Amino acid sequence: MSKRRQKVLILYLANSALDSGVRGWTMYDGAGQEAHTTGDGDVAPYETGLDALKDGWRVIQFPQLIPPYPEMEFTTSFQPHEFIFEKLEDVDG
Amino acid sequence: MVSKEYLLNSEQMASFVARGFLRFDETVPQAINERVMAQMEAGTIKSQPAGTPLSKCYPPPSAIREFLDLPQIQGIIHSLVGPDPLFDHHAVHIRQPNQDRAQGLHGDSTIDVRTHFDIQLMYFPHDVPLEMGGTLLVPGSHFRRINESDIARYQNFLGQIPMVCKAGSVLALHHGIWHCGRQNQTNRTRYMYKIRLNPAVRQLRLWNTDDLADAGFQHQTIFGGSDRERDDIQSILSKREPWFEAGSGRLEIINRIKLWRFLTGDNKFDAHYWLTRLENTPENLAAGSY
Repeated sequence: MSKRRQKVLILYLANSALDSGVRGWTMYDGAGQEAHTTGDGDVAPYETGLDALKDGWRVIQFPQLIPPYPEMEFTTSFQPHEFIFEKLEDVDG
Repeated sequence: MVSKEYLLNSEQMASFVARGFLRFDETVPQAINERVMAQMEAGTIKSQPAGTPLSKCYPPPSAIREFLDLPQIQGIIHSLVGPDPLFDHHAVHIRQPNQDRAQGLHGDSTIDVRTHFDIQLMYFPHDVPLEMGGTLLVPGSHFRRINESDIARYQNFLGQIPMVCKAGSVLALHHGIWHCGRQNQTNRTRYMYKIRLNPAVRQLRLWNTDDLADAGFQHQTIFGGSDRERDDIQSILSKREPWFEAGSGRLEIINRIKLWRFLTGDNKFDAHYWLTRLENTPENLAAGSY
């Protein structure tokens, strides 16, 4: 009997458009088929966020567009354009 | 006093301001590497109370003192944090063999909004091939206001740098740079010595500034075609890292200009007009207005 497990892909894009270029990425595999960790790749899995959609990933979170807080207009911090995707994989068990 | 020939030049300093690190390959002689390795393996490198002047740390006989006294290392330290900085802390980082995962990406200490900066020297006393990991660093991340491992979710960025190097190589990092220990997939233990230093003087023109006049600040043509490939200070400060987002990447250039102004004392310096444009708020009345 098979069960479904979630794989998560996070893409950090160049701007707020889903079809903009990938700048950073993270993957977690709840199916246990792959192991990912910090610094394990130099080549992005997709060129754009849209390419991930075309490969079967479903977007489950778009980043909100939040105006800068007063006095923080020039402050840089976390990646602002973080898109989260999922795939469901069948696993034995 | 450090001989001028060992001080950094202005282009190296600009690169540090832009990217948050400088790399010096095979700088430490093998004899010192071997003595440091022996002390690391024996666990005999003794620390000092935080805030101790560096000159009072590591009394001889000490392989770390030999490393720190190398004129090249003295030149790096003096250029970035000045004479006799304060010892903050050190750590011997050990990555055990055959690891299945890396350390999470992080910035050291806590969120730190100073323009003044500490440096961290990372000294690699043995060869570090890619499969052994090496420290991973994200160039240009040093201005990002984050707190320690809040960024551990980020696994990979375009342009990230795994420190793959020969024995005796040294990294000089701005305190804010994002980094982590990559996984060691060999059957050997990996060692790295890190020391954090705080400036004890105002960080103002501490490097060899003989070439600064040559760089001579004047505004450059925006969208100047091949001019943008020039290796001058403005171009070094304007070069984006591959992982920069479009908008935040521009803000990073502004952050760099502000730090360069701080280090040179030249409050008119600019790169490609980014700050001058924002500072243009004329109050004088036009002729004939009433």
